[in-house]
Amino acid sequence: MIPTLGHFALALGFAIAVAQAVIGLFGPKFRDATVMRAAPALAIGQFVSLVISFAALVWAGVVSDFTVRNVAEFSSSTTPLLYRITGTWGNHDGSMLLWCLILSLCSAVVAAFGRTIPTSLRARVLGVLGLVSAGFLLFTVTVSNPFQRIWPPPMQGAGVNPILQDPGLAVHPPILYAGYVGFSIAFAFAVAALIEGRVDAAWGRWVRPWTIVSWAFLTAGITFGSLWSYYTLGWGGFWFWDPVENVALLPWLTGTALIHSAIVVEKREALKTWSVLLAIATFSLSLSGTFLVRSGLLNSVHSFAVSPNQGLFILVLLGLTVGGSLLLFVIRAPTLGASGVFAPVSREGALIVNNIFLCMIAAVVFTGTMYPPFVDLLLGVQLSVGAPFYDQAALPLTAPLILAMAIGPMLPWKRAAIGPALVKLWYGGVIALVIFAVFMFRGHVVAALGLAGALWVICGALADLSERIQLFRIPITRSIRRFFSMPRASLGAACGHLGFGITVLGIAGMTLQIHTITVLRPGQGVNLGGYRWTLERIYNAPGPDYAARVALIDVTRHGKHVMTMRPERRFFTAQHVTTEHAAIRTNGLWNMFATFANEDTSGGAEFRFNVHPLAPEIWLGGLVMALGGGLSLSDRRFRIGAPARRSLRKPQHTVEA
Amino acid sequence: MTRTFLWALALFGLMFGLSAGVSIASANNTPTTITRDGVTLTMNQEHRAEVIGNQLRCLVCQNETVENSQAGLARQFRGIIRRRVVEDWSNRQIIRYMVHRYGIFILLKPPLVPMTALLWFSPVIALVVGTAVILAGRRRRMKPVPELEPDEQKRLKELLN
Amino acid sequence: MGHPLLKRRLLLSLPLAAATAGGLGFYILLERARQGSYNPQTFSNPLVGHRIPDFRLVGIDGKQGFGSSELIASKKPILLNFFASWCVPCAGEAPYLDVISKSGVDIWGIAYQDKAEALAFYLAKYGDPYTRLATDPTGRTAINFGVYGVPESFLVAPGGIVRWHIAGPLVPPIINEQLRPELQKIA
Repeated sequence: MIPTLGHFALALGFAIAVAQAVIGLFGPKFRDATVMRAAPALAIGQFVSLVISFAALVWAGVVSDFTVRNVAEFSSSTTPLLYRITGTWGNHDGSMLLWCLILSLCSAVVAAFGRTIPTSLRARVLGVLGLVSAGFLLFTVTVSNPFQRIWPPPMQGAGVNPILQDPGLAVHPPILYAGYVGFSIAFAFAVAALIEGRVDAAWGRWVRPWTIVSWAFLTAGITFGSLWSYYTLGWGGFWFWDPVENVALLPWLTGTALIHSAIVVEKREALKTWSVLLAIATFSLSLSGTFLVRSGLLNSVHSFAVSPNQGLFILVLLGLTVGGSLLLFVIRAPTLGASGVFAPVSREGALIVNNIFLCMIAAVVFTGTMYPPFVDLLLGVQLSVGAPFYDQAALPLTAPLILAMAIGPMLPWKRAAIGPALVKLWYGGVIALVIFAVFMFRGHVVAALGLAGALWVICGALADLSERIQLFRIPITRSIRRFFSMPRASLGAACGHLGFGITVLGIAGMTLQIHTITVLRPGQGVNLGGYRWTLERIYNAPGPDYAARVALIDVTRHGKHVMTMRPERRFFTAQHVTTEHAAIRTNGLWNMFATFANEDTSGGAEFRFNVHPLAPEIWLGGLVMALGGGLSLSDRRFRIGAPARRSLRKPQHTVEA
Repeated sequence: MTRTFLWALALFGLMFGLSAGVSIASANNTPTTITRDGVTLTMNQEHRAEVIGNQLRCLVCQNETVENSQAGLARQFRGIIRRRVVEDWSNRQIIRYMVHRYGIFILLKPPLVPMTALLWFSPVIALVVGTAVILAGRRRRMKPVPELEPDEQKRLKELLN
Repeated sequence: MGHPLLKRRLLLSLPLAAATAGGLGFYILLERARQGSYNPQTFSNPLVGHRIPDFRLVGIDGKQGFGSSELIASKKPILLNFFASWCVPCAGEAPYLDVISKSGVDIWGIAYQDKAEALAFYLAKYGDPYTRLATDPTGRTAINFGVYGVPESFLVAPGGIVRWHIAGPLVPPIINEQLRPELQKIA
């Protein structure tokens, strides 16, 4: 009964999305305010029906209703409750429903909080969102129906994929999707602006907070994903340059570029065409990611295979969305006027440097990801593009970005000089150079460059902050007051840069990691990183739907006990799958990491011990970046429900257009 | 102003070149031996074997390196690599040995051949295209403001007075 | 005025052109994946068109095996089949191997990392289509052939040149559409 209700709600959601698209896109033509006002109501209706639908699917999972194929194939009654819930989106059909739910949430949020946006623009934005929603809901209702029933139901379900039986599944996909799908709002604004034929400062101001929200979610989603693979894939890697990771990184790169270029649109009415293109490209890359991850065309550790029929459906949707918007771009973009003259060395110039290099990195990552399938297609040759390529081709491109990142925020708009900005940054430069020299002297070239770059960015962000609050130039109490009253957007920007610097610090630190792989029998030990790691024993530990082997490792330093580590291997009897659970201990500055494999008959096994310097900073930085996004969002200029200040937002112009 | 910009560009170029030209060159010189995948070798040899193993794809896994995979074939490859390292083959010889058997698919970093030129030059192509687009945009922006028509000038004078 | 606008329009249509080309490419890839002719996991063996590597292997329980010299000396084309008793798809292709051998093609088998008892049991259960049988307990020969998983089969022409290779089980579509034409080409 409840799954049928869920299916009905899904179909209802599709119908409402179609109505939302038609009314939203054609309503403004008739200049009928009543019609246009129907779009937000429909958007909220669509969201409500999808919430009901999604809740029904979760309910089917929780009560283990095996008449629902999705539950029978990807869940079981012995699975713990948490994974019966999260397992709902741990498979293709369910994850598409989550995807659609978040897309409808985007519509609903624009409907609920976009009251300051002119009615016609809001209707058009909702129309575009409704159109995209309708396409994907059609896919969910027809080809990829999560509510498909089977009769007679099996006695027991196949169970949740052991690799996905992890709290990470509860956090990572919803947040990542919120990021991916959130860019649909920026996309809808871009398409609506193209339809209206007008992009101005007000457009930049409206589109930026939405982009920042999704950017913050995407940042957090990628961060969680990286952390998840760090502790589950068994050898302490946090980024593999895997195609599936790359397709998540691409919208992040172009989205980051968009956040910056939208500032230029807002403040200086320049880079308008470019920002519109970036908004289209970012969402297109998100969609392509959704397609590629599910198409089975890429070779990835994070597999997510579906039937080629479903792949074809998504490809058609992708083609319509991307092709349609780019066609509109060709027709309308040439008429978007350019304005806002500025000198090469200026805040605008720095933001352009940011955009060039972010897009260059995106281009390299894109080429690397697409090269193997396309070379196979065109030349019939199979080749691989993996981490060593990206490390060599993409990472160096971050150097100019890092260099410009600290200077940019110091430069005034329109026309600036590098000199005064560098003077404000002198101590950052000195710190970076000293660190660089120290690590070069020790022969760690990559670490030297990375750490110096990271410190340069961190000092840049701190200098920007201290500049704004006039630290040490006015009494400290007044500085503190200034800190709390400074625009949240500036605070958020500094925080974002700071977070990036911290992540770079972590990545650079990881290049200094030390590890050893060795066979140990109980009682034997090995020295690594100033610690003595001794295997006590390996014992059995039962789990709810698995049997675990746990190794007990005693870590001592100078003969004194420091900690006990318990790496685990879980064997899932139903699926015949073994998963690894690394033992990780952190002190905030470095991680101790232990895993084991290949147990032998003598009670020993092959152990891998790692010391990862600065590793926690990788994910800390990601969260600080996301926090920066959140801070900027709380800026009163952006506060979405705030009353419109007509003088600033010029809504009357946009309505007429 | 332009000169400052050029200086900045040169600085970027320097940083870019510096970071592009380097590779990892850190090794832990503990003079002990280790036994891995059935081969006993010195720590230095082990580090060399790891560098090689990290360049090669584990063929039966999805996108994992030979060094990090738990698959049987990867273990066998690790054994072969280590035996060759002990026999004092060079890194290049060992990699060529694997490519000879499994083709360039096994290389995680494709070699620079005409077929991969587009891949390896993608940063340069992106930079050229990006710069060209920006220059085109700048030229358009820099277009001089047209002179005022005579009647407009007259009106301006009136307004100013 | 019209000319620069046109130029600008051309420039701005580049993203659309790129997206169209990409979409078309994906469509073809997807179609090929559907027909089974594209799989990102597989790759062609560089041995095809080249002479087989040198090797010499013993048979089961010390019985006579074979080596590269016998393969090179053979007057008939030979289907060289790497298999193992522990491999499920190998058992799946066993009946088709039987059909191939009954049609007059010599199949030489190399058991990859296998044990004698298990192998004997396997051959008794699934049939023994092999004219000659050798064992590769270390897997060294398989690696020299560029084998990365069993079953894999090589069609070796007289003189020891590899004409055709398949990684995966020999099933009727592959036998009829690929193996038979190759055999006819040699004959």
